[in-house]
Amino acid sequence: MADAALDTLVERVRAARADKTALNIGGGHTKAFYGEAPQGAPLDVRPLAGISSYEPSELVVTVRAGTPLAELEAALAEQGQCLPFEPPRFAPGGRNDGTAPQGGTVGGMVAAGLSGPARAAVGGVRDYVLGATLLNGKAEVLSFGGQVMKNVAGYDVSRLLAGSMGVLGVLCEVSLKVLPLPVATETLRFEVDEAEALRRLNTWGGQPLPVNASAWWDGTLVVRLSGAAAAVRSAVDRLGGDPVDPALAAPFWTGLRDQSDEFFTKATAAVAAGATLWRLSVAQTAPPMALPGEHLVEWGGAQRWVVTTAAAARVREAAARAGGHATVFRGDKAGGALAPLSAPLQRIHRQLKTAFDPDRVFNPGRLYADL
Amino acid sequence: MNAPLPAAATAAAAAPTAADRAAALDRVVTALSPLLPAHALLYRREDTVPYECDGLTAYRQLPLAVALPETEDQVAAVLKACHALGVPVVARGAGTGLSGGAMPDALGVTLSLAKFNHILKIDALARTAQVQCGVRNLAISEAAAPLGLYYAPDPSSQIACTIGGNVAENSGGVHCLKYGLTLHNVLKVRGFTVEGEPVEFGGDSLDAAGLDLLAVVVGSEGMLAVTTEVTVKLCPKPQVARCIMASFDDIRKAGDAVAAVIAAGIIPAGLEMMDKPMTAAVEDFVHAGYDLDAEAILLCESDGTPEEVAEEIGRMLAVLQGCGATRVAVSENEAQRLKFWSGRKNAFPASGRISPDYMCMDSTIPRKRLADILIAIAAMEKKYGLRCCNVFHAGDGNLHPLILFDANDPDQMHRCELFGADILETSVALGGTVTGEHGVGVEKLSSMCVQFSPEEREQMFAVKRAFDAAGTLNPGKVIPTLHRCAEYGRMHVKKGLLPFPELERF
Repeated sequence: MADAALDTLVERVRAARADKTALNIGGGHTKAFYGEAPQGAPLDVRPLAGISSYEPSELVVTVRAGTPLAELEAALAEQGQCLPFEPPRFAPGGRNDGTAPQGGTVGGMVAAGLSGPARAAVGGVRDYVLGATLLNGKAEVLSFGGQVMKNVAGYDVSRLLAGSMGVLGVLCEVSLKVLPLPVATETLRFEVDEAEALRRLNTWGGQPLPVNASAWWDGTLVVRLSGAAAAVRSAVDRLGGDPVDPALAAPFWTGLRDQSDEFFTKATAAVAAGATLWRLSVAQTAPPMALPGEHLVEWGGAQRWVVTTAAAARVREAAARAGGHATVFRGDKAGGALAPLSAPLQRIHRQLKTAFDPDRVFNPGRLYADL
Repeated sequence: MNAPLPAAATAAAAAPTAADRAAALDRVVTALSPLLPAHALLYRREDTVPYECDGLTAYRQLPLAVALPETEDQVAAVLKACHALGVPVVARGAGTGLSGGAMPDALGVTLSLAKFNHILKIDALARTAQVQCGVRNLAISEAAAPLGLYYAPDPSSQIACTIGGNVAENSGGVHCLKYGLTLHNVLKVRGFTVEGEPVEFGGDSLDAAGLDLLAVVVGSEGMLAVTTEVTVKLCPKPQVARCIMASFDDIRKAGDAVAAVIAAGIIPAGLEMMDKPMTAAVEDFVHAGYDLDAEAILLCESDGTPEEVAEEIGRMLAVLQGCGATRVAVSENEAQRLKFWSGRKNAFPASGRISPDYMCMDSTIPRKRLADILIAIAAMEKKYGLRCCNVFHAGDGNLHPLILFDANDPDQMHRCELFGADILETSVALGGTVTGEHGVGVEKLSSMCVQFSPEEREQMFAVKRAFDAAGTLNPGKVIPTLHRCAEYGRMHVKKGLLPFPELERF
């Protein structure tokens, strides 16, 4: 994939390495709010744009990192396919009030590793990464993985890049598995408390039902069923609840995906007033979090959004007790955006950083202060 | 059994002298004896011979010693002691791997984890199983069956292979396209670093803080950490599965039909292909009533609720017939479904019956190139003067061409090697990979040179060093050094005999 845009990036990295300066890898700058504060001179990946290859019957798309996510999704939709993990889309500056156009890139999507409502049912970003081309800290352009479904040739470096926040190198091109859009979708609504919602979601999860997404907030559980028409129909009959008009359901799930729905709008206002929006990734059977504030439950119980003024230590302890970890999504990150690592994992993280980026050129401190 | 290759032909360095070996053995036995019960440390030749190879019997190497720890504390102690001595450690599960990933190191300790065979917990509500690494793949599904749950990845050796080995190889199976590989079905791996420090990758949640180390540990062939416990996801068992058997009078039509099924928005539970020579060989073996006139046969499976399957089978039939299927049959019951599959599952032993020897390849190509590779292989049969039967995980583009030859004829042996190399080279040229599911191990070290540049291989070495600075965990596997870049990977199976001959092989 030699071309002028890539050559420019390689030269920038070579120069930064020689000068011992840091680079802040960027695309649409829609997720600068996420993780620790960006540092270094901007390295714009957007000139590296375009879909390199896409054949719907292969269920694989290879796309350059600077390609707008919206462009990729439009190309997939044209063929009746999609990114099943529903990555959230933000506007430049991380806004999620629905007033500005979305500007995220494919590279940013993979590097942030965030997935939307269908995550628990279909897997996350990394589960759909088949291969990647990386520009490492030695200014080498390296490809790992490939464009095929099954590939065990060497370490799976491409999947390691999903959620790496750019600390290992510049993602140049990525091959993603894509899937057909579901034939049928229905949304059901139940008035239940949080504990009952968790009980139902986990019970349904153990049955062959086409549950694709779920959300509980403020006494209402909403469940999306997707799949073959017959399977969706029979699940609707079995689960009961109130069917939600598709004209209302579709914007609801989009709003949840892009974090522009009512819960997140209120969360943004609360954060402005001093609260913190936390993302807790926990065991899906964990009981309701004993934390003050508003709670939104997604992923069948495996993801809990909490808007709270509780101390960071208390939130992190609650998440750890529930078998997971807590991330400051928006708000005060004085205690670190991400949960601290165990000693051996911290050591491996540092050594991996050195393995890919020995001079700490890329996104220093973006994931953890010492990386 | 296969004639063993000398160790020097594999990844291992030149064989150590007897004096070096004796001195190393003395150091290891002195260090490990106080850490393990006497019966859990083997170092006499007659005791260590069973560990000299895994499922790839052509490559053999006696280990210095074999440790069989019974507790995690013992695993940690053995790792610490070996690390202090700078002695290589090769972890081993059931030894069913097909690429020599568990082949011992001449001056190393083989760490057999066979005694870690307990299912610790099955959580019906959370749909997870917490199991020790030595638990067999199928045992998880058997234990979960009363709850209506199962563990989805089903490598064909699943009655014998262990979950620890599955994690090492990122094992697949016939249902990968719909249900994913091992990585997609594992939540947490607990184990030890090469230094003997306890470590956990992943968690009880769907993601962990920081870099996704689980993604790189799974499939690392035991080179980054030692796995002792795995938490896997369990899936609800589909209520019903049905299979279509479709015949085609032309290879290209069959290849196009595979693409057309996917293009129609269908993700089959399984999608497999056999060519005419393969069909003839298996029909002679299992008498399942395969269409012997067909140039290619597709097996296309749907699973789910009865309504869902009925609907999907209808859509699949329409596509297959639209692509020119000359004959289609749909299984009407479980017995018939299993009969459809019987030939496909016995492709390896059936090949062993029609040829003195065969060599199995394991490359993956983009699905759309199926017909191209088949036509290329047909031309290679003429070029090298050898026959080849073809079975494919067509839905995944994963090929298992079986080259038939007689190893007693050196010229045939040589032509077979060239033939295999040609298939791998062509697969890479078509945009594929040299190994889809059997792993690199020692077997495909050379072919890694073709697929990856020196800089890419050096980056993989750097990843290895980040986990294992001294490089003593399963050394010499997966990543070839600059020195060995001559030949391509292959699996040489003599007379259809494998260490687990009763297992179905794909």
